[in-house]
Amino acid sequence: MVHASPDAPTRERLTSVSAADIAPLAAGCAVFGTGGGGAVYTSQLSTEQALEAAGPVSLVTVDELDADDAVIMMSGIGAPTVGIEMLSSTSQIDALLAGAEAAAGRPITTLMAAEIGGSNGVSPVGWAARLGLKLLDADGMGRAFPEATMIAMNVAGVPCDFAVMADVVGNVVTMRTVDLAWLERHARAVTVASGGLCLGAHYPLTAATAKGAVIEGTVSAAIRVGRALLSSPDPVRAVAEELAAAVLVSGKVIDVARRTEGGFVRGSVTIAGVGADRGRLQRIELQNENLIVLEDGEVLATVPDLVTIVDSETGHAISTEMLRFGQRVSVLAWACDPLWRTERGLELAGPGAFGYDLPYVPFEGAQR
Amino acid sequence: MNEPRPLSIGVDVGGTNTDAVVLDELGAVLASTKQPTTPDVTGGIRASIAEVLAQIGERRHRVSRVMLGTTHATNAIVSRRELGRVAMVRLGAPAATEYPPLSGWPADLTATALAGTSMLGGGHMVDGTPIAPLDRDGILRFLDGLDRFDAVAVAGIFSPSFPEQELEVAALIRSHFGPDAQVFLSQDIGPIGLLERENATALNAALYGVARSVTRALLTVVEEEGLDATTYFAQNDGTLMSLDYAAQYPVLTIGSGPANSIRGAAYLSGVDDAIVVDVGGTTSDLGVLVNGFPRESTLPREIGGVRTNFRMPDILSLAVGGGTVVDPATGRLGPESVGYRIESDALLFGGSIATLTDAAILAGASLGGRSLPNLTGGTRSALRSALGRAHERLEEAVERLSLGRLDLPLVVVGGGAFLVPDDLPGAGTVVRPHHGDVANAVGAAISLAGGRADQMSDVEDREAAIEAASTAAIAKAIQAGADPLQVAVVDVLETPVSYTTRPTVKVSVKAAGPLAHLGAFAPAAT
Repeated sequence: MVHASPDAPTRERLTSVSAADIAPLAAGCAVFGTGGGGAVYTSQLSTEQALEAAGPVSLVTVDELDADDAVIMMSGIGAPTVGIEMLSSTSQIDALLAGAEAAAGRPITTLMAAEIGGSNGVSPVGWAARLGLKLLDADGMGRAFPEATMIAMNVAGVPCDFAVMADVVGNVVTMRTVDLAWLERHARAVTVASGGLCLGAHYPLTAATAKGAVIEGTVSAAIRVGRALLSSPDPVRAVAEELAAAVLVSGKVIDVARRTEGGFVRGSVTIAGVGADRGRLQRIELQNENLIVLEDGEVLATVPDLVTIVDSETGHAISTEMLRFGQRVSVLAWACDPLWRTERGLELAGPGAFGYDLPYVPFEGAQR
Repeated sequence: MNEPRPLSIGVDVGGTNTDAVVLDELGAVLASTKQPTTPDVTGGIRASIAEVLAQIGERRHRVSRVMLGTTHATNAIVSRRELGRVAMVRLGAPAATEYPPLSGWPADLTATALAGTSMLGGGHMVDGTPIAPLDRDGILRFLDGLDRFDAVAVAGIFSPSFPEQELEVAALIRSHFGPDAQVFLSQDIGPIGLLERENATALNAALYGVARSVTRALLTVVEEEGLDATTYFAQNDGTLMSLDYAAQYPVLTIGSGPANSIRGAAYLSGVDDAIVVDVGGTTSDLGVLVNGFPRESTLPREIGGVRTNFRMPDILSLAVGGGTVVDPATGRLGPESVGYRIESDALLFGGSIATLTDAAILAGASLGGRSLPNLTGGTRSALRSALGRAHERLEEAVERLSLGRLDLPLVVVGGGAFLVPDDLPGAGTVVRPHHGDVANAVGAAISLAGGRADQMSDVEDREAAIEAASTAAIAKAIQAGADPLQVAVVDVLETPVSYTTRPTVKVSVKAAGPLAHLGAFAPAAT
């Protein structure tokens, strides 16, 4: 296992990502997963191997893109429970890149993560190394969201020209859809037909279209958060400080209710405070990701602001699928990127987008 | 033979001591002993069994069962000794080729235990659709091309849900290399989670020789002592397996030590739901007893640097034990321990190192009528503060495990039980069962035989799936030695699966039952 160097400077933007950065990146992406995004361990394993074989990946900002650079997002789509069993094939990313270049009619130079949360934040680094591409220090969500429409480019009004999907068997599907809602619908059907798991490439961008339409600096941020988590004797506090997050409660999981509905795992988790928080009870509503935190009928935090449940001891994020009765956890909440707080951002990813009849109250990090 | 033979011997091979007990038909402890664990394992087993047999005299002829709990397999992996060379076959290519099998293993373990790996066509999707045709020729080409291998491990994608293909491969290998070829299938080892299940299956295959040597050691001692007894091994979840089963699935013994201690504590105290703390010389191991079984960990566990996902008890280990060293200047507590040297090194025994045992004696505990030498005021105050810190750590650990309940009893066992105070905040009644110092061996002696099975299913068919998994789990429990008349389902776990054509759920069922009665001992009325 590779560990972060403890004396790494913080708040500094990285210019490359090496194998030694992947353990912190994985831990950080799990935190940004807000309960979803898939388990990071397997992605970490293959990404470390890719970087050890191919060397560090060059990390570039939107401002550093040239006019002839072409960016594409690559991500895994599917069920985490399937993802721990039917893992991806080496040929899937080659098929995606070939499909994307054919659809774009030009060479792709740069990869970007669709979401920095969970495995989808980690894997693109290894894919960039294997494919010999640059990596954009940005992603489409700044976290994990369950639906393809919930993406920064959609908020900014940049259309998705095409999407390519590849399954583990070797089937490749290129889709030119009317909008992201249709893309979501078709991608979901292809994913199901593919055995519950696919890799996809979509949202071709250029230096011009990416500007203002992606969440910038998130690869660096995830590595910083992971370094803080792995090197601190008090990981929960270290992560909270790095994210400017509030610890809403520290306690024990006393109930987990889950059901599968419309292809998502929905439900809630109830946490009873311990120690200084004894007597407090918080409920977190879930749809793959953690959506809303409630206490005594009051909303403490809600999407698109970020809510992550971490292990109170280790600071490592616990995905919604790994929540179990009796776990000792802390709930972190922090403010989302301003893009998500625009009218269009809230329409796409506010409480109403998840079916909750609640107003969005910006979370400003109020301490308990 | 007409005389009833209801006696059981339980043996627990720990890192420091090998404990043994004899239980009668009502479960009363007739004899017990602690003997030093020997490097060859056999010596400690022999000495401990000989001692308890001597204690029961002529009644030795009434012993019909011997149950062994051991950490030998764990030690073999951690120390990289006695491991066989494993050929790992994965079925599922082209899926999962981004993750070659066993690639996260430490290099020294790979060098010792791995003959080679291969990713071949086969496997299933979550709904049972084949990923690729089974590459039968590829399997034989891979194995024929290896220099030497002692065992083959086979893991197919989604084989816990669709077991037939792995079974077909086992038959193929045996028909090609002969019926004695050692083949281990992932479906028998662990649930969904390909890399972890593969790791556990390969470790299991590497342990084949080790398992055989321990099972032989036990058989040898039983034969030397002239016992007409059936032998069993304890496994991770507090249940037993037959010797044959243990020889086939040694990796399942890896967490049995803590499981035995929790089960033994439950049995000796008569409590079914509790926090159990086993205080030894170096650590305190805490676990949770739910309905008489150890609560299982939901997180992957590492064994010797390898990540695995088989069921293990949820254990919290603290560096707090009878031999934990106290700094006489500051009262700093451990984590160093004098361990088995406590009887020469601790102040109480005329040694020069202040330990938690000395601190407990100073606070009023008594141990073999011994008394502390004269201590300086500084040392006394350091010992007091260290004991206070030890109590705080135990309190925190109990609080962590107790799920918000304040009324759970705390069952205290192990040689260092005197370190735990009677009034630990956060704990309910403190229970100190008689014979708690050999709770491990008692736990081995009273364990049930168990089995587990997983099944994927449409939500609408979940009752049928639970039924099918229950049938499979019960069959596994009976295979492990359970009485077919008394085996029952003890745990059902359901996990929803998203992104599937139809709502899908994974069900995991565990069955367990008392061991089938043997010899002339009549079955209990049912």
